[in-house]
Amino acid sequence: MAMLEVKNLRKCFGDLEVLKDISFNVEKGEVVAIIGPSGSGKSTLLRCINQLEKASDGKISVCGMDMLEDNPKGSGVVYADARLLRDIRLKIGLVFQNFNLFPHFSVLRNITEAPMIVLKKSKEEAEKTAIELLKKMGLEAKADSYPCELSGGQQQRVSIARALALSPEILFFDEPTSALDPELTGEILKVIRKLADDGMTMVIVTHEMAFARDVADKVIFMENGVIVEEGAPEQLFGNDATERTKQFLQRFSQG
Amino acid sequence: MTSQEILNVVKLLLEYLVPTLKVFGFTLLFSVPLGMVVALLKMCKFKPISYLTNIYILIMRGTPLMLQVIVAFYAVPMLKNGEGTPQFIVNLLNNIDIKDENYMFNAVLVAFVLNYAAYFAEIFRGGIESIPKGQYEAAAALSMTRTQTFFKIILPQVVKRVVPASANEVITLVKDTSLANVVAYAEITLKAKQQMQLYSSLVPLFIAGAFYFVLATVLTIVFSYVEKKLDYYK
Repeated sequence: MAMLEVKNLRKCFGDLEVLKDISFNVEKGEVVAIIGPSGSGKSTLLRCINQLEKASDGKISVCGMDMLEDNPKGSGVVYADARLLRDIRLKIGLVFQNFNLFPHFSVLRNITEAPMIVLKKSKEEAEKTAIELLKKMGLEAKADSYPCELSGGQQQRVSIARALALSPEILFFDEPTSALDPELTGEILKVIRKLADDGMTMVIVTHEMAFARDVADKVIFMENGVIVEEGAPEQLFGNDATERTKQFLQRFSQG
Repeated sequence: MTSQEILNVVKLLLEYLVPTLKVFGFTLLFSVPLGMVVALLKMCKFKPISYLTNIYILIMRGTPLMLQVIVAFYAVPMLKNGEGTPQFIVNLLNNIDIKDENYMFNAVLVAFVLNYAAYFAEIFRGGIESIPKGQYEAAAALSMTRTQTFFKIILPQVVKRVVPASANEVITLVKDTSLANVVAYAEITLKAKQQMQLYSSLVPLFIAGAFYFVLATVLTIVFSYVEKKLDYYK
């Protein structure tokens, strides 16, 4: 069973069609990288799956639960009821480009807050998990710091820990390194690679082509709201790729 | 004025500090929560509510507080006896006893609370709108409910952001309490004015001024302490 199924997804902002007929699947343990030029709809796709944007058409299911379907009586979509949407959301974690940590909470509380108020975990239990996650991120010494006292890379690692604290089945990354300088980018990529080794299912929107090629099991190249090409990294980054993919990657490597 | 007379005036004004502080304290107590409600109403997505709230804010901020105090004070007796007042309003107003010893204070308080709530509402709205969208999205991605998001994530950050502007309002409020003297509410300014006439001296007015000055200074110190306390994060 696929962990994530997206079928014929469409998203319009007014007259502007940002996503046109997007379909793809993510299997358990798979790491999928989504690449493509700015404005190609990559982030919007992630935001639709994470319920931060409402889809205009199509079907999305997560772990076998249908999040939205085409309206059987005409146009548009019907979303599942609020309870199911919440269950679905709990299966999904999202890491933002700008971290979006809660500045008024300590690092520890950033990680424990959702497990405590959403999953109703006890403080001790939530803190135990949080400390383990911080150790995994190499940040156990920063538990009592505030986000403003951390570097960008450290903040992003905290936000990954925060997402993992709810034990999601799939973790989504929306350009996790775009707000970081090259040195800090490395430490985030290392963390993501480690998660991949642990068997975490992940969907990563990224501009780090070398990383996508290295870590991803599947690469999706998007442009103008459609999937131009989808396949193993060897295929997309190899000689058999479509002309358009080659062109994009070539221009990218030139900077 | 002899020093004994001055001492007597100080003692008298000290006594009338209580009604001044009563207006100040109760206005704060009610106008801050009401201001938060008004701010949320103004941001309501249902347009008629937001529109009506905006009219209320425009009137409260667009007319003098002194005038509002006078209206609040005279509205009840005038409407009771006025021709053309709908019967249900007269019935409602008949429940209010204008001879009650608290009537004057209540009328003053209504005007102050409604006025200050409008100012606080605009400060709070600005604070709420200044919180980045990413905070809401992060909370949503963590499956927090809208109520949890507001009280746990948004409101604490709003508080920090609105403290400096609110401090301004609170300090202004201390001095605005003097406007209550316009309906003969016995507080410091009214008493100082009477003593001025009694002694034909400006000294009572200066003493009253000193009272307000001390209060405003204390508030300034308190608020700068609060600001420092909240400065543990950026």
